[in-house]
Amino acid sequence: MRERDVPQEGNRTLAGHRKAVYAVADDGKLRLVPSRGWEVEEIVTRQAVEDLERRAMQARARALAGESSPLEYHMYRARMDVDLLSQVTGLWRWRVRRHLKPAGYARLPAALKLRYAEALGISSEALDRVD
Amino acid sequence: MPDSFVHAHASHCESGVMSSLLRHHGLPMSEAMVFGLASALSFAYLPFVRINGLPLVSYRMPPRAIIKGLARSLRLDIRFETFRSPSAGMERLDALLASGTLVGLQTSVFWLPYFPPDLRFHFNAHNVLVYGRERDDYLVSDPVGETTVRCARADLERARFAKGVLAPKGLLYFMTTTPPAPDWAGLGQRALARTARIMLAPLPLVGVVGMRMLARQIERLPLADGGESARLYIGNIVRMQEEIGTGGGGFRFLYASFLQELSAKTGYAVLEGLAGRLVEIGDRWREFALASARMIRGRDALSPPVLAERLRALAVDEKLFFQNLNRAQRAWAR
Repeated sequence: MRERDVPQEGNRTLAGHRKAVYAVADDGKLRLVPSRGWEVEEIVTRQAVEDLERRAMQARARALAGESSPLEYHMYRARMDVDLLSQVTGLWRWRVRRHLKPAGYARLPAALKLRYAEALGISSEALDRVD
Repeated sequence: MPDSFVHAHASHCESGVMSSLLRHHGLPMSEAMVFGLASALSFAYLPFVRINGLPLVSYRMPPRAIIKGLARSLRLDIRFETFRSPSAGMERLDALLASGTLVGLQTSVFWLPYFPPDLRFHFNAHNVLVYGRERDDYLVSDPVGETTVRCARADLERARFAKGVLAPKGLLYFMTTTPPAPDWAGLGQRALARTARIMLAPLPLVGVVGMRMLARQIERLPLADGGESARLYIGNIVRMQEEIGTGGGGFRFLYASFLQELSAKTGYAVLEGLAGRLVEIGDRWREFALASARMIRGRDALSPPVLAERLRALAVDEKLFFQNLNRAQRAWAR
């Protein structure tokens, strides 16, 4: 990549930041050039973010319909899945899955609820709500 | 100390941190040199490590390889400390900062509030430097940022003690002595040999063999659901390649820069030619990313075999390149 070909396409995924890339200058030497982003990166990053957002919205609809617990919604909103939530809370996956169902969630003791809330970076009360 | 520390923008967090740390301790070394001497360039396709259901594709050695590798080959006196309790980890950080020490930290990107929201995924091995503290704000030099930033104590604690894969456990590291002037040619030759060995290893999953294996997986992607899952799979490869700290094309350019610099430092001109060749390969990686993105967006028809073919061609190019690199390294009479 030549220095003048370094993309400056103003990716919104970079939120105004510039990232450093290496490119060949006119003297043939590689040097660090700040880039405002490349559309290709924006496409794949937005794809991943939108996939997580879609899962969160579907979980939200399920939670409001009483088909799943608010925990599922908050899990996807924190960009996690069952594997990751199980790792960060130290709970077995089957337990996490049980708590994603309304019945399992209703039986959740306060201490466990707090554990989930802390792992997701929200308060216990916020965990109960689907906003 | 905040006055004496100089922030530098870098393309990769770990090499950027090491470059700044060494410079701060009296050994100026560019990011590219750090990356190259630590033999950080690589390729690995790890189907058993799943992130949101998609396999890990990495274009460099695993986290901490740069810091540990460089510490070993340069005989640096770097102390590593991890903590069981977050409060002990924060107290130790405060004590080090109070004594004027520049401290490196391993953090989770997701919990760093200054990061662009779209890039905040649960990646636990992001390296930053902390050069000071003003009450509850830490002065942070994040190498992938253009300028220094501030991070509140509670946020930094969260980021340092995030759990899950590659959990940092509050890891902090610092240097205690000025490193000795390195023998560039000797270190360089060894680093080239190491990288060539990894890229040409007769093992599945890593190096050019790993690239061919990934190509086979792409070819076999099911299209029964209208290509939805195939698009996510391909997007994941490209995201790991270009956007997050595992950069594929980008790391080829970074390594090319290392070859140029090593050539200039040691007068071994063959490396300059190899650098030029690697830049061309990096451009091919970018074309692969572009072709993938066009298919994801539906500008071109989705065709996994076409992408697999491009990846195979890259494997051929890289195989030849690293064979030549190995030959150049062997022929290097010092």
